Parts: sequence; structure tokens; C-alpha cells
Amino acid sequence: MQSTTLTGPLLTFRHGIHPEEYKELSSHRPIERMPFVEEYILPLSQHIGAPARPVVREGQRVRRGELIAEPAGFVSVGLHAPVDGTVTAIGLFGHPNGQMSPAIRIKADRFSSQRLTLAPPIPPEQISAADFIAAVQRAGLVGLGGAAFPAHVKFSIPEGRHIRCLMVNGCECEPFLTCDHRLMLEYADELMDGVGILQHFIRAEKIYIGIEANKPDAIAVLREKAGGGALPIEVVPLQVKYPQGAEKMMITAILGEEVPGGKLPLDVGVLVSNVGTTVALSQYFRQGLPLIERVLTVTGPAVRRPANVLVPLGAPMRAVTDFCGGISDEAARILLGGPMMGVVQKSLDVPVVKGISGILALTDAEVRDFSTYNCIRCGRCLEACPLFLNPARLGLLARKGLWEEMEAYNVLDCFECGSCSFVCPSGIPLVQSFRVGKAMIREQKARERQG
Amino acid sequence: MLNKTLNISTSPHIVKGLSTDAIMQNVVWALLPVALFAVYSFGMSALLVLLTTLASSVATEHFLCRFSKKKSTISDWSAAITGLLLGLTLPPNFPLWMAFFGGVIAIALGKFIFGGLGYNVFNPALVGRAVLQAAFPVAITTWYPAFLPNRFSTVSVSTFTLPFLEPAVDASTGATPLAAFKFDQVTTGTSELALGLISGSTGETCAVLILLGGLYLAARKMMNWRIPIAIFATVYVLSGILYLIDKQEYPSPVFMLFSGGLMLGAVFMATDMVASPITSLGVVIYGFIIGLLVVVIRIWGGLPEGVMYAILLANAISPHIDNMIRPRVYGTSKSKRS
Repeated sequence: MQSTTLTGPLLTFRHGIHPEEYKELSSHRPIERMPFVEEYILPLSQHIGAPARPVVREGQRVRRGELIAEPAGFVSVGLHAPVDGTVTAIGLFGHPNGQMSPAIRIKADRFSSQRLTLAPPIPPEQISAADFIAAVQRAGLVGLGGAAFPAHVKFSIPEGRHIRCLMVNGCECEPFLTCDHRLMLEYADELMDGVGILQHFIRAEKIYIGIEANKPDAIAVLREKAGGGALPIEVVPLQVKYPQGAEKMMITAILGEEVPGGKLPLDVGVLVSNVGTTVALSQYFRQGLPLIERVLTVTGPAVRRPANVLVPLGAPMRAVTDFCGGISDEAARILLGGPMMGVVQKSLDVPVVKGISGILALTDAEVRDFSTYNCIRCGRCLEACPLFLNPARLGLLARKGLWEEMEAYNVLDCFECGSCSFVCPSGIPLVQSFRVGKAMIREQKARERQG
Repeated sequence: MLNKTLNISTSPHIVKGLSTDAIMQNVVWALLPVALFAVYSFGMSALLVLLTTLASSVATEHFLCRFSKKKSTISDWSAAITGLLLGLTLPPNFPLWMAFFGGVIAIALGKFIFGGLGYNVFNPALVGRAVLQAAFPVAITTWYPAFLPNRFSTVSVSTFTLPFLEPAVDASTGATPLAAFKFDQVTTGTSELALGLISGSTGETCAVLILLGGLYLAARKMMNWRIPIAIFATVYVLSGILYLIDKQEYPSPVFMLFSGGLMLGAVFMATDMVASPITSLGVVIYGFIIGLLVVVIRIWGGLPEGVMYAILLANAISPHIDNMIRPRVYGTSKSKRS
């Protein structure tokens, strides 16, 4: 890789878009811990894979950090009580994905200090790789960048495979979100420790921390922490461009290599870990803190007091937004996550789950929809797509229901970053039509496998 | 407490905010200087031709939408572009009733029957002009001299020809530089060509203003600059080779670039996004085909001018170019050919 400084030409991938950042709303606000609330709802499915299996009964008292649901298979993680309290129900509750989903409800103990009383686990330096993976799974760790993929699955390196390069993802390319930025500034030591723990097991030749150049303070802090250490760490400033934080895009930016279609970073010898995940890894092994809280950016023009908030998982969204002064009447759309890939919410009465990096309240000014014209084949979507797909053609094929044709045009590679829809002057819902196309292709494949 | 119905939709939730009607509107702005110069050099006759094609195109679009019980689409500005472009490709003394007919054909046959904006296979203005050329071969090649002293107070005698009657012929007609070269072997000076001090179609004469309009659109990324560049390069190189072979027989490459409708066609008509390929390599092939056809038609064809047919033919090939050229997808080794 070429060496870069903040002033030199910055590394990046080809194509992509430059949406307005809006990060100044919350980037200067230190992380605040939200006070405990009365009740927490913990969906058993907060990660990709099998939902966790409850190991508590209704009426049972639990301690903060205690396991309340165990992993139900390898691609599954544990779930822990975010507070000292009592299990009041195990049943169906609203989930941010819009559905009713099995969850454990815990009533907080009003008189508890909520201090963590569990003993920390055995230091990672003294355990085997297999025990490390099991511990990470038990700790309930998932990728905190948004996908919520179980971290231990990612960290499991198959026999005979070598990871030459460990990457920490501090890009945070979604507009509005600043939680990873704040984590890098305020939890730099934990981050470095987490990198050290990963490196202890992975033994990569090189460690890169990729950060978009709009966070010079984070770059400076981490460069200072990394300098003089024993680890081969390089902090790499990357060009501010969406979706720079997508794994494949970051790998391409830093190494100049592409990850083949349908393959994982592992297949090119790279492991990418998000900043939040890496911090959480250190917090579990050093402080015994399983994944029971995370930092959210609560922001948007319709949030009265934009902030970065450390929230116990399971807290109602409404309590979080109330902590941030509430949402003003100008709100037109409320999202979980960033504006490019976030999921819209119809109500605030859902709990905070592991994969949510922010609560966004947008006004009509940001979400303005314009009337949909026919595709005029301007080609802007082709120049935006980071995977060099042909969204214009794919959109047309989707409209005609030509799913096999869509597959031939590599629609399955699409990770729904939204760049094509963002630039489309005709306001065509391209990404949505690709979601439909992908679902139809997968359904058809599943049918073929059965019959 | 929020008391409001929230807006629900899937991601992404923000857009760049540049809409199709804004792009079309900018094309109209880029065409305005060309149109104003046309009025300045040819006077009232040119103004009437432009207004007629503009009005008939927009009105046809409006009434066809109404007729098929759809919302009128004139607010997307694309009908206005078609009207303006058609007017700019006609002789300034063109009978108005024929110009009106051309506007109706351009929208109805060139665009509406294909499904409206986004579905037209050919550039609608050129479809209109092609029909006019077939129907009125004499009127469309009867030229009017530029910079007549009384051009703002009088109009050409052919302008107000009654429908279905043969137009009267002006006492003073002008020959276009291309016709002069083809039939009389007379070459026109480059600076006259570039500045538009010549006779020709209403809007094709001032190369400088056309190029400025193109630069404006290219700078705002509202036009694919590769198309005109590919056309110019092809025409320049091919005609340059011929010119080197025989300087008496063949026109100079500079003359080829600046004469006739090449500038207007390459910058404003070949670049019709709907009727041109979508990939970067595709548009270069498309531009090459247009350039090749222009040279072939102009030099060996029976007509002095070939830009219109060159673009229409390339329009027809364009979907096939798109099917053949598939850019390399991220993470794959090479481009796929189907």
C-alpha cells in the first residue's frame, strides 16, 4: 500500500457518492451515559443467525451482566441482563425490524446500584483460541457497525487459513452518525487493547485502522496510541466518501485489492472489525462486561438535543429520545441507523438492540421526495455503484420481473448501500427493487434445492 | 410528545436532490444562446420557426397525455427541448405550417408511441426532421441568407405559405457551406464557420455558442462529454486521412467539423441520454459510428449533410451496444460479453 498523510492524496475505492455529512450536529458531544429506566425488553434475535434460547424463568431475579439466553447453535450469540432486576415476561414484543418477536422483559431493581458484580473472565492471554471463540460467543458480541453478525464467527479462522491483515473499521461513512468517532476519541485505550487481544490470536503481519479524513482528531489520537507500541499498527486516513465503511470498499481502499464476488474478506486474508466491536471485546475480557450496552448517536434536525449516548440494550427508544430532549413536531421520518441504510420506524415503542448505531429524526427538508420520472438513462447510477453494477439495467429487469436476468447482472453482489437511489434524478426506488429481486432469486434457488 | 403521522419508506432516506426536470431545464438554458444567435442572424423568420416548433411540440405532448388520460408531462421540460432542437435544425425560412407539423410528428411518432420520456428509441427532434425531409425535400433545402439588413422587419416570403401549397421561393437564397462545397467546390473560411457568419439551418451556424452550451452541460455533468469528443475525433481523423490523400477532392477536417449540423448534432442531439448507450465504452463506440457515418454520407452520399441520419442510425444500434458492452463488475476478473 502507498503511504499517506492527511494532506496527501487519500486512499479510497472507485465510484461512490458524497452525501452531505451532518456530523457536526453531534460529533463534538462526549458520550453520555443514559440513566437506567424501569423496564427493558430484550429480543432473543438481535443478531444474524439463530435466536438465543432463554435460560431464565418469569419471576426470576437476574444480576446485571448475567446470561439470560444462551446461543442456540454456532451462528448465534448469548444475551445478558442489562440491569439488576426481575424477569417479568417472556413473550412477543415489538422489534425494530417491524415485527413482533420473542423477547425477555426485565423490570429493573429500583434500589440496586447497578454495579457490575460478576467476576471478569480469564485473561485472553491465558486461554486457547477455541476458548477465546467460545468466550466471545458467550459474551454476546456482534458486529456493532450495523450488520450484527456474530463476532465469534468472524473471528473463527478455519484451519490452514492465514490472516495477513487485520483491519479496524473506523470509517463511519454514514451521514449523521458519530458514535464510532466518539468511541475512538474517548475509548482509545480500550480500542488498542481490543486490537491487541485480536492480534494475540490472529497474528496478522499488519494492522490497519481505517478512518475517514473527516475525523482528524481521532486519527491523531490513535496514531499517538499506536506509535511506539509493540503492534505493527498503521492508522490510515481514507477519503471521505460513501460507502467507504463497507468492508469490501475499505479493503480495496487500503490494499488496492478487490474481494471476489460471493467471497468474504477472509478469503483474501483480511479480517475487518468495527471500532465498537473491538472496544466491546476489550471491555468483556478486562472488565467482565458482556454486550449489555452500546453507544448510539441520537441526532437529526428534529432531535432537540443531539447527543452520543451510552444506552443499556433493551431500553425503549422513546426513553432514549426523551433523554435527548425529545423529538420535535418537525420530524417527518424516524430511522434506526444512518440515512443511507437505516431502517424506518413507525413508532418509538421498540427497544434498542445490538445492531443499532443511531436514532435519526429527519424533517421534510432532508427526506424530500420528488415525483418519479421514467429512467432517462443518464448513467449516474453506474458511476455511483461501488461494485460497478448497472443499476439502471437492473431496475428495468426488476420492473419486468426478469429475476434470472438480474442474477446474470450480478444483483446478488449488491449490498444495498443506496448510492444508486441517492443519485437517481428520476427518483426511482432502485435499491428496493433489488431487494425484491434478490429475495425472488433466493426463493427460487431454495425451491430448486428442495425439488 | 410527537403527534404526527410519520413517513414510512425504505432506505436510502436521503437523495442528492437533482431531478430529471432540472437536468432538462438546464439543457434548455444551454440551448438559449444558440437560439438567440439564430434570431439575431436570421431575424423574424427564425424566431417564428422556433416558436412554432416549440409550441407544437409542447402542445402535442400535453394533448396526447390528456388524450390517454395521463397527467401532462410538459413540466419535465423534455418536450420543450425537442421543440427547440427541431426548430434549430430547420431552415430559418421554413414554412410555419410545415414546422408545426414537424413538432407534432417529433412528439407523437418520435416519443409518445414508444411510451414517452425515457422510452424513445430515437432522438424525437430528429424523427420530426427526418419526416419533414422526406415530405418536403425542397423546402428543407431552400436556404436563407444570414444577416439580411431588413431581417427584423420582414419575414421570408415562404414563412407564411398556406398549408398544402408550394412555398414561394425567395429572390435571394443562400447556399450552405456544405452544399457550396459539394456542388460547387467552394470552401468557406474557418472563422466564418466558427462564428456563424454563414447560411444554414436556424441553429447550426454558430459553432462557438454550441460548444459553450456543451461545455456548460458537461461541467454540470448533465451531458456525457465522451459522445461529442468521440464524434469530433472520428470525423477529424477520417476526413483528415482523406484530405491528406487528395486535397482537391476532399474537404479539410476543420471544414468538416465546423460545417453543417455536426456541432449541433454532436453536442445536443447525439447526447440525448435516452437514445444513447449508458456505459463509457458504449458511448465511445456510439460516437465513432456517428462520426464514421457522417464522413461516409457527406463525402460519398448523395446528400450534402449526413448528421441526422448518422445519429438516427446510431440511436437504433445503441440498445445493442448496451447489450454487448458490460463493464467489469467489482471482484470479477474481466468484463462479461453476452
